[in-house]
Amino acid sequence: MSDVTTTPSGEYEAQLGDYFALLKPRVMQLVVFTALVGMLAAPVSVHPVVAFASILFVAVGAGASGALNMWWDADIDAIMRRTASRPIPSGRVQPSEALAIGVALSGLSVMMLGLAANLLAAGMLLFTILFYAVFYSMWLKRVTPQNIVIGGAAGAFPPVIGWIIATGSFSVEAWLMFALIFMWTPPHFWALALFMRNDYDDAKVPMLTVTHGRPSTRRHILAYTVLLVVLAIGTGFTSIGGPIYLTAAVILNALFLLGAYRIWRRDEVDSEADNFLVERKFFKLSLWYLFLHFGAILAEATLRPYGFGGWS
Amino acid sequence: MSIRAEHEIHTRRRGRNLGIGLMLGGFVILVMALTYVKITTIDFNDLKGGAIQTQESN
Repeated sequence: MSDVTTTPSGEYEAQLGDYFALLKPRVMQLVVFTALVGMLAAPVSVHPVVAFASILFVAVGAGASGALNMWWDADIDAIMRRTASRPIPSGRVQPSEALAIGVALSGLSVMMLGLAANLLAAGMLLFTILFYAVFYSMWLKRVTPQNIVIGGAAGAFPPVIGWIIATGSFSVEAWLMFALIFMWTPPHFWALALFMRNDYDDAKVPMLTVTHGRPSTRRHILAYTVLLVVLAIGTGFTSIGGPIYLTAAVILNALFLLGAYRIWRRDEVDSEADNFLVERKFFKLSLWYLFLHFGAILAEATLRPYGFGGWS
Repeated sequence: MSIRAEHEIHTRRRGRNLGIGLMLGGFVILVMALTYVKITTIDFNDLKGGAIQTQESN
């Protein structure tokens, strides 16, 4: 008896879950959350149906860019342990299918966001998709160790799009949320590169660990974390901040800075002795760091109508 | 080999087709809801041009 997911000829037949995996659902979660916070932190209310549809189309756009990224990066995904089980390198989805899904969903999401929200939001979504799929995936990622730094902007646009969905315009607050993710991305990925050490070497992706060495990467993590701490705490004194955000930011940034300092103090012998425990903890903390900062911005925005959020 | 109305492959693909069908159905409902919200919340007095005003003046 053949497996339920194979054709009579023995070829694997992709299931819905395989196509869904192309959309990078974990990245989509971050996109949905940060875009939602950007929209709710804006000083303009959005009809719930429009809000739901808009965030959905932003998520679809993010998924589309993920599919295009997987289509383009299938060769290096097959080499890296972390990505070898993705739908294309594992043979569950054909590259041409991923390309078709990526292009179709990109067009659909941009068009529908334009209809649901406004043309500026749709334009920003299109720019974000092109930035990630073309500028980052097809060019930056394979040519410069600054790939993560510049490419991190793609992941930082969703709160800006969320803000534009509500207001129809840009603002300093939206760019502060952008900057928070933008500055957070390099330490987050460099910590990952430290403990997934052979992956990027094998795939010949010019990560900082490969081009400048691991001690330099540790210094870069600390330097970017110091800049991030200043930015994250400074945001607490703006109109999207408040006592809740500032309290959370002070605690989280103290922990994050401590983690970066510990990474900087270590060398490869220390790290290998405990299987990169400090680097792994820092990476895990970085996930909570971003989630809780945006959660605090959301809390300030949600409580503001009741006289609790913000500084006023 | 006899030709059956429902080949084994159709049974295998049922889950995938059902999922796509539900997504398309959800998309149609969402577009309907969006349309309803747009036409019931737009302030037509803000619209420029004479179409709405002409109807009101008649």
